[in-house]
Amino acid sequence: MNSWLRSQLRNIAPFATLAVLVVLFSILAPSFRTMDNLGNILQQISVTGIMAVGLTFVILCAEIDLSVAAVANATGIVVAYFTMQDASVNIANIPLPGGIAIALALAASLALGLVTAFGMNVIGIPSFIMTLAMLQIGAGVSAMLVRGQIAYNVPSLVATLGSGSLGPVPWIIIVAAVILLAGHIVLTYTRFGRYIYMTGGNREAAEYSGVNTKMIIAAVMVISAVCSGIAGMLGVAHFGSAQQDEFDNYLLDSISAVVVGGTSLFGGQGGIGNTIVGLFVLGVLNNGLDHVRIDSFLKILIRGLILLLALIVNVYAQRMRTKAATTATGA
Amino acid sequence: MTNRVVANGMPLLELRGISKSFGGVAALTDVDFTLRAGEIHGLVGENGAGKSTTMKIIAGVHSEYQGTMEIAGERMHFRSARDAKAAGIGMVHQELSIVRDLSVAENVLLGMQPVNRLGLIDYPAMVRIAGEQLKRLGIDVDPRQPIGMLPLGMQQLVEIARVLFSGARIIILDEPTSALSPPEVETLFAILRRVRDEGHSLVFISHFLDDILRVSDTVTIFRNGRRIETAPVPDIDKGWIIERMIGKGHEELEESYTGEIHLDSKPDAPVVMTTEGLTVAGVFEDVSLQVRGGEVLGIYGFMGSGQLELARALFGKLQLEQGTIRLDGQPVRLRNTAAARLAGLAFVPESRRSMLFHMEPVFKNVTIAILDRISRLWVKPSAERAIANQHVKSLQIRPPLVDRPLGTLSGGNQQKVALAKWLTYFPKVLLLSEPTRGMDVGAKDDVLKIVRSLRERGIGVVVVSTEPETVLSMADRILVMKRGRITKEFASEVVSKDRLLAAA
Repeated sequence: MNSWLRSQLRNIAPFATLAVLVVLFSILAPSFRTMDNLGNILQQISVTGIMAVGLTFVILCAEIDLSVAAVANATGIVVAYFTMQDASVNIANIPLPGGIAIALALAASLALGLVTAFGMNVIGIPSFIMTLAMLQIGAGVSAMLVRGQIAYNVPSLVATLGSGSLGPVPWIIIVAAVILLAGHIVLTYTRFGRYIYMTGGNREAAEYSGVNTKMIIAAVMVISAVCSGIAGMLGVAHFGSAQQDEFDNYLLDSISAVVVGGTSLFGGQGGIGNTIVGLFVLGVLNNGLDHVRIDSFLKILIRGLILLLALIVNVYAQRMRTKAATTATGA
Repeated sequence: MTNRVVANGMPLLELRGISKSFGGVAALTDVDFTLRAGEIHGLVGENGAGKSTTMKIIAGVHSEYQGTMEIAGERMHFRSARDAKAAGIGMVHQELSIVRDLSVAENVLLGMQPVNRLGLIDYPAMVRIAGEQLKRLGIDVDPRQPIGMLPLGMQQLVEIARVLFSGARIIILDEPTSALSPPEVETLFAILRRVRDEGHSLVFISHFLDDILRVSDTVTIFRNGRRIETAPVPDIDKGWIIERMIGKGHEELEESYTGEIHLDSKPDAPVVMTTEGLTVAGVFEDVSLQVRGGEVLGIYGFMGSGQLELARALFGKLQLEQGTIRLDGQPVRLRNTAAARLAGLAFVPESRRSMLFHMEPVFKNVTIAILDRISRLWVKPSAERAIANQHVKSLQIRPPLVDRPLGTLSGGNQQKVALAKWLTYFPKVLLLSEPTRGMDVGAKDDVLKIVRSLRERGIGVVVVSTEPETVLSMADRILVMKRGRITKEFASEVVSKDRLLAAA
């Protein structure tokens, strides 16, 4: 393999995976290869997509955020908590105007992100452990607010963006596309984005270049929390209800999307483009498996195996790329 | 071990007509090389001259090449480093491959620990075997000690012991003396000679020509991917080697290698930085010094004397416990490296790995420290490339391609990129830690020129080093640190390597 191909393996492999899955499901299930189903897939990956944007920032910095789904859940519940619910819903909610409810929910996600950043930077807790604690805290906030009940109403803006459509296109797809695009622009074209790549690529070198790496790390943790918050609010509207443990699958899905797409778990390599491919791989996989007739319990195992394969490719691609970048010298 | 099969002085390893290229660029051209049994063979050449590539072929790292290799008369072509190891070739890299948390004994016997009948590691036997091996080599160390606690020189000796114990008859040492203090170098040389006298063959790669001449029996010089000449040591001297290494007369070379240096400090120049009583317990204590604009201040000391850590503290990487730093008379508090940079300080650490981004293109490496000066919100790659191109041109960085990943450049060129980071907008004080470590004569000379040009611009340059040659060739004034304290100052006087070493 020549060195260009080697260095591009990270980007090629996810595309190849996606192509194989699409061809496979198209052959196996006629119902898969329809425009309607494409729309379904897009909707299904939108909530994950919004979460995955923040997570891409975090993983590019060689950190991890295990609290995304919990923060999303908590934020979705906060926005419902501050919205007038039907009399049948038995929670002690505080109805406020929609704009204020949204602002409070965003502030809640921001606050959770700040706590994570504080724990990591000031106290020095590794992100893996810190966000694991935050996962519990998010779940705790959710539990305290709904107390086992289900809330249905959210502010009208959130309801529109989460479950309404602009012509034929669901708003949630548009919001996800806009946030993905914004993430891409920030990472690729801004100074902050450059600092993220450099911090992830070699934190020590970034620090010795006078980059405030702690500030960068803090910023990505907060961004991740806010992205999760937005995903949570829209998700609640999309599903039509706000309740405990609603987002449990989304932690694994969003991490998988980022990593399957080829963003390096070691930081510094990858981006939103990779994440989008990863989202499609995951979306096609989840959706396609529902269109073919196999044991539904086997599907879980198949998903796991495909994710494992993607992780192997990720690590292998990292190795290839490092090799390509260093063996080209004639020392 | 089969080393007794070949009588001393007979060719043990022979390379004939070796050529190797990387992506169309020739790294080695028609190299013949003979290593005899029972000799120490010094290998010199500028960075990129082909010494490392040749040794990597011998060590099985590069398996694709033209030409032939014979060991003890037998044709060999290694497919991997493992093959080479099995054939008795061991390599000790500049960056050691010891396991810091394990004991000396565990490191010596790494991968071949003795086991008892239950298949568990037999610790007493391990300590005994390792102890015997170390004692035989004359390495005085307790095999039970964790290796991470030992000085670097001792760690290196343990690694050599391990390579020997794994059955190597040919040992390749890459820059083994660059981080060692003079007494440690003495010990190392005594051990290398003993290993040689037992019939092993050693290849010694180094930029320290004095060291090469002192310990080698034969010296081979590489230049531009070719073997230029091989000669027995009694017949040659440093000037002879340098001439062949660089292939042309170099005027400023003399200055960096002669023994007596006249320091020309500038007592009237304005003070840009003052420190008072800087202390980090156990690292350095009560360090008070002044840095003048347009002066190069050298701080010399053996490994572990605290000067490298002092430089880190002056850049906000290591937090001070006591003391004040003033820049242009104003006290500054360096909470982090970003604060230090904004205050007008710049730092190039001793390890290029902790300064550069290997996967990123050259231009992003050059502009990372000045990004906030050239762009507010949006990055401007075209402006960055223009800046990088200027530096590539003025510093003669090769290849002159700013979009190449940094990792594809040679060490000397990487160091120039590391310096270039701070040369677009000049700092008040530039801190350089081991600026020429592991570099060839030509690249050292280039760095020296850069430092001189900065001095002309009135920048205060601080060079901290464990190499006397480095401070002697660069500094206008020299401070000597010993066990974390400044013990001596040399200013406006004649100083030599001997006097510097005597003060340390």
